[in-house]
Amino acid sequence: MNDTPLVRIRDLHFARGDRPIFDGVDIDIRRGSVTAIMGPSGTGKTTLLRLIGGQLRPDRGSIEVDGEPVHRLRGTALYTLRKRMGMLFQNGALLTDMDVYDNIAFPLREHTELSEELIRILVLMKLEAVGLRGARHLMPSELSGGMARRVALARAIALDPMMVMYDEPFTGQDPISMGVLVRLIRTLNDALGLTSIIVSHDIEETRAIADYIYLLSGGRVVAEGTSAELEASDSAWARQFLHGEPDGPVPFHYPAPDYAEDLLAGTEAA
Amino acid sequence: MVNTLRMLGRTGLDFFQRLGRAHLLLLAVLAGVPPLALRFSLVIRQLHSVGVLSLLIILVSGLFVGMVLGLQGYNTLVDFGAAESLGVVVALSLVRELGPVVTALLFAGRAGSALTAEIGLMKATEQLSAMEMMAVDPVRRVLSPRFLAGFLAMPLLAAIFSAVGVLGGWFVGVGLLGVDDGAYWSQMQAKVDLYDDIWNGVVKSIVFGAVVTWIAIFEGYDAVPTSEGVSRATTRTVVHSALAVLGLDFILTALMFGD
Repeated sequence: MNDTPLVRIRDLHFARGDRPIFDGVDIDIRRGSVTAIMGPSGTGKTTLLRLIGGQLRPDRGSIEVDGEPVHRLRGTALYTLRKRMGMLFQNGALLTDMDVYDNIAFPLREHTELSEELIRILVLMKLEAVGLRGARHLMPSELSGGMARRVALARAIALDPMMVMYDEPFTGQDPISMGVLVRLIRTLNDALGLTSIIVSHDIEETRAIADYIYLLSGGRVVAEGTSAELEASDSAWARQFLHGEPDGPVPFHYPAPDYAEDLLAGTEAA
Repeated sequence: MVNTLRMLGRTGLDFFQRLGRAHLLLLAVLAGVPPLALRFSLVIRQLHSVGVLSLLIILVSGLFVGMVLGLQGYNTLVDFGAAESLGVVVALSLVRELGPVVTALLFAGRAGSALTAEIGLMKATEQLSAMEMMAVDPVRRVLSPRFLAGFLAMPLLAAIFSAVGVLGGWFVGVGLLGVDDGAYWSQMQAKVDLYDDIWNGVVKSIVFGAVVTWIAIFEGYDAVPTSEGVSRATTRTVVHSALAVLGLDFILTALMFGD
């Protein structure tokens, strides 16, 4: 197997307006692995996936996916590359005017000339993989959150991509669907020979399946390694995040003037 | 003072930026129209939702507008002993003005707002993003068919509106007020010109259809992707469409009949 990383991010800089999101990030995603990008809310984890998918462009730095410079691709070249990437959006992002079956058939119908007969077989195979073959006639509005994500996952792998990106796959799931998703991500990755990138802040679930973890904060990678390496790491930041400590390098208090002075300042200052 | 100027400048810049984005989007949407010839089923589905589903409100409104025209026209004409001209008055008011304009206003309220809300919600729920990530261009897949459908549906709806209105005027004038049946139709046939009246009305309805649909899909596509953003965009669609239709109506009327 090719040893070069599937995704190579170097010196990534990106800002929204005046607010810098990434300030020199380097990330490698190894082929065949499940890599997690973790960090508190608002650190730009979702933005990172959009940068990898070419929906946003970095201000500086490079992003290569399978050797292709995503940050420079446009038009057809970008779309050709995207056919080889799957993405699972936070709430599934299923097309609401189609049922489950048509949602999964959508990329196949858009990009292939396959007969309906063959599409049916492919769709049923993907649905079987996520355990929802019986739900094929339901509309997205009739699905629970967990089911919607599984359908979206089936759709993401419909074109047999080389990688799948998961945007907060565990948020707001009950323990059972959480367990189902965790197992699905790992087994699909290994069975289909995918490369997976998970963006999440659900520590336990993500650590259970990730081969490698990057911790992001303040626009930089503050720690990286396998789950065990991070556990043993002496980074105060990693410790606070992994154990959910309320105070530490990420302060409990939003920046504010001195407490006593603030209280005594009276209503004039408010 | 400086702040006022700054605000004025920002508002102006925002306006022109939006105008620029709207035109770029229109170009992209138009580029996506020719390929639809191969996938016309996409357009047919949209024709159903913007056209067929607007039919009821168009039929009812057309009927009542025609009936009111019949009443009002009769009351004025009868003073001059010209009640037989009622057919001409009703038909000309409808095909030249009320047909295209009122249909466009109703179309903006019924179909335009629905288009904006649908597209805005697709954006807010990341469906458009998901399409992009599936290497499907949402402008071509979602916006172009809707634009073409609006463009095709509006003239048809305006024609139906006018036709129903003429029947409404006939019902009141001939049926209730005793205008001569033959005079109602024959005067209409003699005085309504195919090119000057009907064709100019059709041109108006085509222009209004394109503009209202353009505003609707742009507002949806440009909406802030939150529920509040979508509701604001929907309101803007109706308000801007109404203003655009009335403004354009004056310009078009001046060009067509103002020699």
